Amino acid sequence: MVKMNNSKKRKDEIAMREISMERVNQTRQEILDIIESPILTHEQKVANMAGKADSLMEVLDLPEGLDELLNVPGDVKCICDLAEGHAPVRPRYIIPDYFKFMKEGSKFLQLDPPKDLYEALNSLLIFYKHVPSVTNFPVYVGALDELLEPYINDVDEAQAKKLLKLFMQHIDRTVLDSFSHANIGPRATKAGRLLLEVERELEQAVPNLTMKYEEGVTPDDFALLAVDTALHSAKPSFANHKMFKSELGENYVIASCYNGLLLGGGSYTLCRLILGNIAKRAKNIQDFKENQLPYVMDIMARYMDARIKFEVEESGFFENNFLAKEGFIHRDRFTAMFGMVGMAECVNILLEKEGISGRYGKDDNATQLGVEIMEQIDAFNKQHTNPYCEATGGHFLLHAQVGIAEDQHISPGTRIPIGEEPEELIDHLLQCSKFHKYFPSGTGDIFPIDTTVHKNPEFVLDIVKGAFRKDLRYLSFYSSDSDVIRITGYLVKRSEIEKLKSGQNVLQDTTHLGLGAEINGHILERKVR
Amino acid sequence: MKALVNKIIPFSAVDGPGNRTSVFLQGCNMNCRYCHNPETRKVCIGCGDCIEACPAGALFWMKDGNSRKVGYDPAKCVFCDTCIHICTHDASPRIQEMTPQETFDKVARQIPFIRGVTVSGGECTLYPEFLTEFFQICRDNGLGTLIDSNGTLDFKQYPELLAVTDGVMLDIKAFDETEHKTVTGISNGLVMENCRYLASLGKLYEVRTVVVPGLFDAEETVRKTAAMLRPYQKIQPIRYKIIAFRPMGVRKEYAGYPVPDSNLLESLAGIAREEGIGKVVII
Repeated sequence: MVKMNNSKKRKDEIAMREISMERVNQTRQEILDIIESPILTHEQKVANMAGKADSLMEVLDLPEGLDELLNVPGDVKCICDLAEGHAPVRPRYIIPDYFKFMKEGSKFLQLDPPKDLYEALNSLLIFYKHVPSVTNFPVYVGALDELLEPYINDVDEAQAKKLLKLFMQHIDRTVLDSFSHANIGPRATKAGRLLLEVERELEQAVPNLTMKYEEGVTPDDFALLAVDTALHSAKPSFANHKMFKSELGENYVIASCYNGLLLGGGSYTLCRLILGNIAKRAKNIQDFKENQLPYVMDIMARYMDARIKFEVEESGFFENNFLAKEGFIHRDRFTAMFGMVGMAECVNILLEKEGISGRYGKDDNATQLGVEIMEQIDAFNKQHTNPYCEATGGHFLLHAQVGIAEDQHISPGTRIPIGEEPEELIDHLLQCSKFHKYFPSGTGDIFPIDTTVHKNPEFVLDIVKGAFRKDLRYLSFYSSDSDVIRITGYLVKRSEIEKLKSGQNVLQDTTHLGLGAEINGHILERKVR
Repeated sequence: MKALVNKIIPFSAVDGPGNRTSVFLQGCNMNCRYCHNPETRKVCIGCGDCIEACPAGALFWMKDGNSRKVGYDPAKCVFCDTCIHICTHDASPRIQEMTPQETFDKVARQIPFIRGVTVSGGECTLYPEFLTEFFQICRDNGLGTLIDSNGTLDFKQYPELLAVTDGVMLDIKAFDETEHKTVTGISNGLVMENCRYLASLGKLYEVRTVVVPGLFDAEETVRKTAAMLRPYQKIQPIRYKIIAFRPMGVRKEYAGYPVPDSNLLESLAGIAREEGIGKVVII
């Protein structure tokens, strides 16, 4: 009854704007196309249809000027909301406090706290099916090593490994989206070691996996096992634990692609500036810095404010979802991610407009211009405040977004475009070291590694250690001959992409994104190190 | 004091433990048939053949006192290796004369991503004073130091060099002296002496043998070398690297040897382990 009263009240207060029958009919046609698609699974059809239904909503208080930056063709689009929908029904990324769940169980799920390893694994698998996100799958499945370590000696090691293997396989086959992310480290644990061994053997795309690494805290043998696993299954990636905890505190997690967020919180929204297209609007560097970039940033920030306001004040999510009601998430641990892509194209376009030679990733003047732009975005973000981002000082967190399948001539975040990487890895890393520090809610670079490194995993660990001393935040490696590969921030099996190419449907929705990225993003052509 | 530097590889995964910068010095005193970088063997004689052949215009005549020599402009070079392929003297025009400090300056950029340097060649021990000074600078800056050598420098005579050297990676081209002469053109007496001497000091990081079916008895070499090292393993474990011959880069007249199959390499690794080697690496 309470719920009905609430919805009635909202109906009165929110102005739901009219839309044209033409748009309704176009959407109906798109829904029919989804229903008849030969390559989508049932679950993928349901998710896509829900997105289409949501696209008919018009309830947000949108800032003036947004339409011509957002709802325009790809080559002029300056703001992208990454398909979050028109009436956000839940925050984009949700980070449940699984420790609390293990300690207390859940009334809503009718689960007591687990007493042994069997119950712990079973409880987690149940919980995952009730964690929403923009993908409808949990983007965070927990610090699995620490969650499971208290139970790991309940059975002998061989049986523990078998149970973990089945658990990880269950996740891969039911959490059908590789933005789902598990964490491990920084300290070594038996559960962590077994999980790495299992992942090395399974070579699966899901879940994404990050090792929080800190020199002196993470022992070398544990980190080397992680490198070895990465050379087999393209994960884990390595997160600079020291850097993340200095910004977000000990209770941060890595979720989705590589997003630093607070445990028991998450991110309401992620929108991104498409910097290359903003540069196209500018007459020169001065016009870009003084007029175009500030104009677009202001509109995007206010658009994000409107989305957050709806989620917090109107959607009812934080009042009614069991995650919030039972304290697995807290509204005041949420923030939002102010994203950007296409720094490389932006810098190259601006230098060309000025008639100055220099290419992003190759020349120091291009790097310098990139840094100046980042300083400006950072300064803007630090002066913009949102009342619901208390957890991060009232500000959004900057995010180097990894791109989407449709992106053409848009490089992820501040990455050097594929095909233009410096000849030497050292030059590539030093360039990255100028940019990673700006992005507490995530950035990262990816390096395919020559197979000879299998004999010398210390090579990769030395690079990780050096990189983190040089303020790099997040690094991913995979073997050049591996089936599981990192597309941008997520993992896909090459063999699954091939199936999809031949017209068969595939289990995980991210394989569709991977195919698009292979065609548009040339991700198979990265320079092998 | 200067050395002729053929090239510097900033990050190497194959020249010792972890990530290292590899420095290749020019000139060699052996003539291994299977040498895969013969352009590092000798010093340019200034014939100028490569100047005309260079498609990028990166090579030119320059004054050298009253004479002239081949000059090289790295900015124009496209690294097509035409100069190396047409050189009839096993040399390269892209060599730079560098002091230990100048060489270190090229290494410093890689700190803190590397744990050390490895100097290779050619045969780098042709420049023992250079190595001593270069390694001292590297050590002062927290870097490890490894030598990749054919074992023809009498290490006993260079305690200052060994004092700043973490270890030596030593080629055992063949255990039998006659076979060694066939493979390299010279005797291996000093090589074997060095092998035992360095092992006794705990400074022998690794021995390696290139396996070339038909050229010498690899089985005997691996077995006897490993057995010889057995007493020293407790001082400092010594790795054995078994390297498959590959024709890439090898001079035409010697490129026809067969490539060993993985069964042969695995059986050699097994022999090394039987003889007390703890870690065997096949490449």
